[in-house]
Amino acid sequence: MAEKKDPIQTPLTDEQRRKVLMGMAAAPALMVPGLALAQAGQFPTAKVNTTKLAVTDTEVIVGQLHSATGTMAISETGSIQAEQLAIDQINAMGGILGRKIKVIKEDGASDWPTFAEKSKKLLVNDRVACVFGCWTSASRKAVLPVFEKENGLLYYPTFYEGLEQSKNVIYTGQEATQQIIWGLDWASKEKKAKTYFLVGSDYIWPRTSMKIARKHIESVGKLGSVVGEEYYPLGNTNFNSLINKIKVAKPDCIFAAVVGGSNVAFYKQLKAAGITGVKQFLLTLSVTEDEMLGVGGENFAGFYSSMKYFQSLDNANNKGFVEAFKKAYGPKSVIGDVTQAGYLGPWLWKAAVEKAGSFDVDKVVAASPGIELKTAPEGYVKLHENHHLWSKARIAQGQPDGTFKVVAESPELIEPNPFPKGYQ
Amino acid sequence: MDAFKNWVARSGMGSVLILALVIMVVFPLTMDIFRLNLVGKYLSYAFVAVGLVMLWGYGGILSLGQGVFFGLGGYMMAMFLKLEASDPITTKIQSTPGIPDFMDWNQLTALPLWWEPFRHLPLALIAVVAVPMILAFIISFAMFKRRVGGVYFAIITQAVALILTVLIVGQQGYTGGVNGITDLRTMLGWDIRDDSAKYILYFANCVLLLAVILLCRWIQMSKLGTLLLAMRDKEDRVRFSGYDVAMFKVFVFVLAAGISAVGGAMFTLQVGFMSPSLVGIVPSIEMVILAAVGGRMSLVGAVYGALLVNAGKTYFSEAAPDLWLFLMAALFIGVVLVFPNGLAGLYESHVKPWLARRKAPKASTQAVEPPAAPLSSPSHKSAPSAPLPGGVQGQSA
Repeated sequence: MAEKKDPIQTPLTDEQRRKVLMGMAAAPALMVPGLALAQAGQFPTAKVNTTKLAVTDTEVIVGQLHSATGTMAISETGSIQAEQLAIDQINAMGGILGRKIKVIKEDGASDWPTFAEKSKKLLVNDRVACVFGCWTSASRKAVLPVFEKENGLLYYPTFYEGLEQSKNVIYTGQEATQQIIWGLDWASKEKKAKTYFLVGSDYIWPRTSMKIARKHIESVGKLGSVVGEEYYPLGNTNFNSLINKIKVAKPDCIFAAVVGGSNVAFYKQLKAAGITGVKQFLLTLSVTEDEMLGVGGENFAGFYSSMKYFQSLDNANNKGFVEAFKKAYGPKSVIGDVTQAGYLGPWLWKAAVEKAGSFDVDKVVAASPGIELKTAPEGYVKLHENHHLWSKARIAQGQPDGTFKVVAESPELIEPNPFPKGYQ
Repeated sequence: MDAFKNWVARSGMGSVLILALVIMVVFPLTMDIFRLNLVGKYLSYAFVAVGLVMLWGYGGILSLGQGVFFGLGGYMMAMFLKLEASDPITTKIQSTPGIPDFMDWNQLTALPLWWEPFRHLPLALIAVVAVPMILAFIISFAMFKRRVGGVYFAIITQAVALILTVLIVGQQGYTGGVNGITDLRTMLGWDIRDDSAKYILYFANCVLLLAVILLCRWIQMSKLGTLLLAMRDKEDRVRFSGYDVAMFKVFVFVLAAGISAVGGAMFTLQVGFMSPSLVGIVPSIEMVILAAVGGRMSLVGAVYGALLVNAGKTYFSEAAPDLWLFLMAALFIGVVLVFPNGLAGLYESHVKPWLARRKAPKASTQAVEPPAAPLSSPSHKSAPSAPLPGGVQGQSA
């Protein structure tokens, strides 16, 4: 409990105060000397920070709130690393508005009340300009009221169920329709799938995803029929009964959203039962390069995954990103969909702050819709006014060595639609 | 004045007064509202620890499932708040306006019947204590009448914690699932997220906690408290004396459940949501640790234990995000190694003799003795066992 009311509000120097009074005359004679500060001089702290955020003449403090410990640590580490990489790169380029980004890391410890506590600490005590964080829906739901109450700004990297849109959150992953609908259309057209078997872990994201999938298969897209829909508790590792049901139903397509440790058991048992990528078409929403490490390439080979990003994407942005990531975190590190979405957060924030010419949350939020990122590893992305990203959908096939081969890509960016009409 | 001093010394109220001073005067004066709200959260866990002092320290019944009652109390409160936050206007974007958002996501089209009572605050408040107590009664009556006790009972409470978690997670249309019940805003139109509301809730929490401690102290000093101790140390002797041991155990278990539930409700009000992560085995065991660190024989010690452990958790995880779990483990191991009877034990064995020595030259050693430890109740002083009987090893089977 060392910190009490941080003295974040740096007193203005006389020089600055005069400058503000002169209405941003920014006469060179009054400029703060030093190259890095040159840009900061154009953006005096009093002007870019009217809401007592942790912004000084030389640095801006942001928060990072992920689970570094507990069951979610294995999933969230990628996001932590990618966000740090982006921040380091931005700092190397001179920072934002002439200010270096300093990160305060907090550990959500895979525990939702802890997430709420830490988010409050970051916003109220540290007065951070924005937070990059959360992974699970539960942690986001826990911190959301805090961000709305304290008017913070959260960059949330995970693909998720949609049904949410907050002024105080920028969602850099896909909402459910972006991930599902194009993939199902592709399955119907390219794989001639008529019958679908839906399977997922039993919580809000798979439930909502499968609701959208069923609506699309049966009524909106008229792709065919759903021959089974099964949910298993989080952490379930026994899929024998499911496999028997699949064998009886003989679906053209298994559409899966099984998460976490269950994933490993699911694919191993499918393989053991003779359901492999050679004979059976399976499309999943929940296997990225990260999960592949646990599942094992040999168990997933031939199955398909629907994401917006794969490490093997062939474009110049991605080559640079993969290279920088491996340089920072070792040649064996892998980059999954969420890791890439985490990487976008700091860059989107930088673009919005520079457009707004301010760190104030309200101004950054107002400037955010329409922000474009041409340098994103996934390719060009644009921020929709509903705070989600326009992005492409991609289908990739798992390879025995644990990598993904991209086989299809939506021709256009897909519009985010967190409250899809006709899918409720 | 002397009468007051005597009363303080005789009833052992000094420690309660000091605690009241610390949490109701010192903390609010020295902390900003953010930290105070955190302390409020810690103090909501302290209810469970106080309940465990009665149940485990006095009753000799170790429960590893107190999170069940804490969670149920919290959920009852959260259900009321959630219904209030889900009026048809704020939820008009849903397919079925007027029901909680997570029900809508799970394709429910009407509010389940058993949610209806939670539209009314009095009913919800009754349910906060009644539902956990009824569940506690059913569990403990079934177990203790069959003379299931000791480690077997602990395992069963743990199983109940697991079952309830699975039930809540599985029935997400009715309970909010893994996410829990989130985004709670107002209570009867009063915004519980305001700073002023946080102050009021903090003080309400303190008053309730002190009231609960006084109630427990009163029970300890009564014949019932003596019987509980006797039962813990020699269950058979009490039984052969003609007492219905099982019903005394049921009583203390139900009491601890009710106390925990009040803590759960205060948690929901102060933190703003409730989730299954507060119901399961891990939080239940953490709550036992709170009581163990504070000293399982001391009601007041349990509160300090809750404060110390949770403050440690917050401080270590802020100061050393990469190492904090190790630091917490070191704290627990250190406590068990250095003072196995917790903070209260430390006070008994070190601070109190030191105070007595300082007081010795003065007239009386007894009269002004400040926080008398709970064990100084007359009934127990005459008992042949050690000043802090049992330590960690004294559970009756």
